[in-house]
Amino acid sequence: MSNSVAEIGNAPAEPSPIATASEARLFWIRFCRHRLAAVGLVVTLLLYLIAIFAEPIAPFDPSHSSARLVYHPPQAIHWLDNGSLRPYVLASRLQRDPVTLAATYVPDPSRKVYLGLWVKGDRYDLWGLFPGDHHLFGPIDQHQPVFLFGADRLGRDMLSRIVYGARASLSIGIVGVTCSLLLGILFGGISGYFGGRIDWAVQRVIEFIISLPTIPIWLALAAALPKRWSPLTTYFCITLIISLIGWTELARVVRGRFLAIRSETYVTAAWLDGCSRPRIIFRHMLPSLTSHIIASVTLAIPLMILAETALSFLGIGLQPPAISWGALLKEAQDVNSLAEAPWLLLPGVAVAITVLALNFFGDGLRDAADPHGH
Amino acid sequence: MARFIIRRLLGMIPFILLVSFTVFVLIKLPPGDFVSNYAANLSASGETVNQATLIQMRHEFGLNAPFLVQYWHWIWGVLHGNFGYSFKWQQPVGTLIGERLGLTLILSVSALLFTWAVALPIGVLSAVRRYSIADYLVTFVSFLGLSVPGFLLGLVLMYIGVTVFGENLGGLFSPQYLNAPWSLARVVDLLRHLWIPMVILGIQGSASLIRIMRANLIDQLHQPYVDTARAKGLRETTLLVRYPIRVALNPFVSTLGWVLPNLISGSVILSIVLNLPTAGPMLFDALLAQDQFLAGAFLLLLCALTVIGTLLSDILLALLDPRIRVQ
Repeated sequence: MSNSVAEIGNAPAEPSPIATASEARLFWIRFCRHRLAAVGLVVTLLLYLIAIFAEPIAPFDPSHSSARLVYHPPQAIHWLDNGSLRPYVLASRLQRDPVTLAATYVPDPSRKVYLGLWVKGDRYDLWGLFPGDHHLFGPIDQHQPVFLFGADRLGRDMLSRIVYGARASLSIGIVGVTCSLLLGILFGGISGYFGGRIDWAVQRVIEFIISLPTIPIWLALAAALPKRWSPLTTYFCITLIISLIGWTELARVVRGRFLAIRSETYVTAAWLDGCSRPRIIFRHMLPSLTSHIIASVTLAIPLMILAETALSFLGIGLQPPAISWGALLKEAQDVNSLAEAPWLLLPGVAVAITVLALNFFGDGLRDAADPHGH
Repeated sequence: MARFIIRRLLGMIPFILLVSFTVFVLIKLPPGDFVSNYAANLSASGETVNQATLIQMRHEFGLNAPFLVQYWHWIWGVLHGNFGYSFKWQQPVGTLIGERLGLTLILSVSALLFTWAVALPIGVLSAVRRYSIADYLVTFVSFLGLSVPGFLLGLVLMYIGVTVFGENLGGLFSPQYLNAPWSLARVVDLLRHLWIPMVILGIQGSASLIRIMRANLIDQLHQPYVDTARAKGLRETTLLVRYPIRVALNPFVSTLGWVLPNLISGSVILSIVLNLPTAGPMLFDALLAQDQFLAGAFLLLLCALTVIGTLLSDILLALLDPRIRVQ
C-alpha cells in the first residue's frame, strides 16, 4: 500500500487496469460476469476433454458384450470400507423368479469389487495410434465387471458407451458448425458486401431454405443415405446434411453486420488505399465480426448436436457399430425395454447437459460480444 | 391491406412450385426406387422375386419415365387435386393423408396456443421481476426446455405411463375410437390424448419465446413513456398491460412465422416416438420405402403449411404495425 502511494507521488498515476485492457481482455471480463456462462464454459471444456480422451477415460471396451449381464442395473459406489476410504461396489448375483422366470440382479454383500484410479483393464489404441491398457478408473481386478450406469441389452457397459458416444456427438457439432460457418461467411459476406441484386438473390435463397420445415427435409436427405456405407462416410454425410440447413442463420448474422460495417470510415479508407475486395472483406471487415460470429457459432453447435441425436435416434443417422448418443438412445425407443432398464435414457441426460452448457456458454459470449448490452 | 395480401399470395405461387421441385428431387435422391426396395425386402424375407413382375410393376407405376416427365405428371396431378397413388398402401394418396394432415394441424395449432398461453405471462413475470428468484428459475427452466430434445421428453413420459399408470400413453385415440367415424365422443377422446404431445411441443416452443418476451419487455420498461404514465399515478398492472406489453407483443407475432414451422417439424419426430396418427410416422415410412408420391405429398403439404404460417404472421404483423404495410 505504502509503495503505491510513493509511486503516485513520483511517477504519473497508473491507469486502472480496465482503461488499458485490450479488446480481448475486456471481452473476457464481460464474459466472466455472467456466472452461468462461466460454468457452461467449464462444463463444455470437460465434455470435450472426455470426448478427446475417451479410450482411457471409459472404464471398459464399449463393444465388450456379455450375455450373462444383460440389462444389469447401475451399481452404487460405496466410498468407505470399514472406516477407511476404499471405494467398492457390490457384485451381484443373478436370481430367477421361480414363477415368472424374470431375471433380477441382487447385490451380494459378501463380494466386494474394489475400484481404483489408473488401473489396468481392456486394451485400446488411443486415437487408433497409441496402444494402452490403463484406464482413468475401474475395478482393480480387471476381470470383474462394474456397471456404474448399468448395462444395455447385450450386457455392454453404458458408462463406457456414453463416453465413446461423446466423441461422435460432440465432434459432429464442431465439424457441422465449421461447414455452416464457411458457407455462412461466404454467402453472408458476399450478400452484405455487394448488396444490390446479388444480395437480393442470396436473400431469396436463404429465405427459401429457412422456410422449409427442417426435420422432414433432414429425414428425406438422411433416408437417402445407403445403409451399407462405412460409418465414417455416413458420419460426414450426416454432418453435411445438418450443416446444409444450419448455415442460413449464420449467413443472416454476417450479412446484417456487414451491411452495418460497410459504411464505416475505415472501410472507405481501405478502399481508397486501393485494397482489393477480398482483402477488404477478409482483412478489414471480418475481424470486427469475430466476436459475433463466435457467439452465433457456439449457439449453433447445440442445435447440430440435437439434430444428430434425433436422426440417429430414428435410425437414419449413424448406424450401430458407430456409437453416438442418438444411436444409444435408439435402444430406448422400445417402451418395454425402457420399463425394464430406465438407465437406457442416460445418453439423453448427457445430451441435455451438453446442450445446456453450450447454450449458457453461447449466451454469455453473445452478451459479452454486444457492447451495447450493459 | 388487400393489395398487400394479394401480392403476398401471388408471390407464394412460384415459391410453392420451387418447393415441389425440390421435394421431388429429394425423394428421387436415394439410389433405386420403390420396386427395387420392394424386391430387396422380398428377398430378405426369403421369397423368390420374379423379374418379370418387377418389370411390370415399374411399367405400371411409371417409374421408367425420365425424371422430369415423372415430375411433370406428378405436379400436373397435384394441381388438379390428385396427389397420386401410394405404391405401398395401394390407395390414392389423398385418402391416406387427409386425416393425418388434419391431426398434424390440430396438434401444431393447439401446441402453438399452449406455447403462447405459457410463454406470455411467464415472460412478462420474469421481465418485471428481473433478477428475482422467480426470474432465475424461469431462465433456468426455459434453457432446460431448449436443451432437452422433445423426443426424450416423450420417452420419459412413456416410461412414466408404463411404470406408474401401467398403460401406454402413446397414440391420439383409445383403441375403440381408432377407426371409428368422427363423433362427439371421438373428439372428447382425442382431447384426452392430445394434451401430452401438446405439452411436450409447447415446452419446447415456449422456452425460446419466454426469452424473447423477456428481452423485449425489458427494453420497453425503461422507456420514458413508462415513467410518465407511472408519474401520472396509473396503477402498475394497468400501466403494464396498456403500454409496454402491447409494444413488446409486436415481435412476438412476428415469431409466428418460425414457431409454426418448428412445431410442425418437431411434431414429426415426437409423433414417431409417441406413435401418433399424424403425418410424422407415415412420412417416415414412406421415405424409407421410397413410396414417392406419398412422401412427396406429405413433404409438399408440410412445406405449404409452413409458408402459410409465415404469410399469416406477416399479415398479422402488417395489421399491428403500419410501418410494415408501407414498405
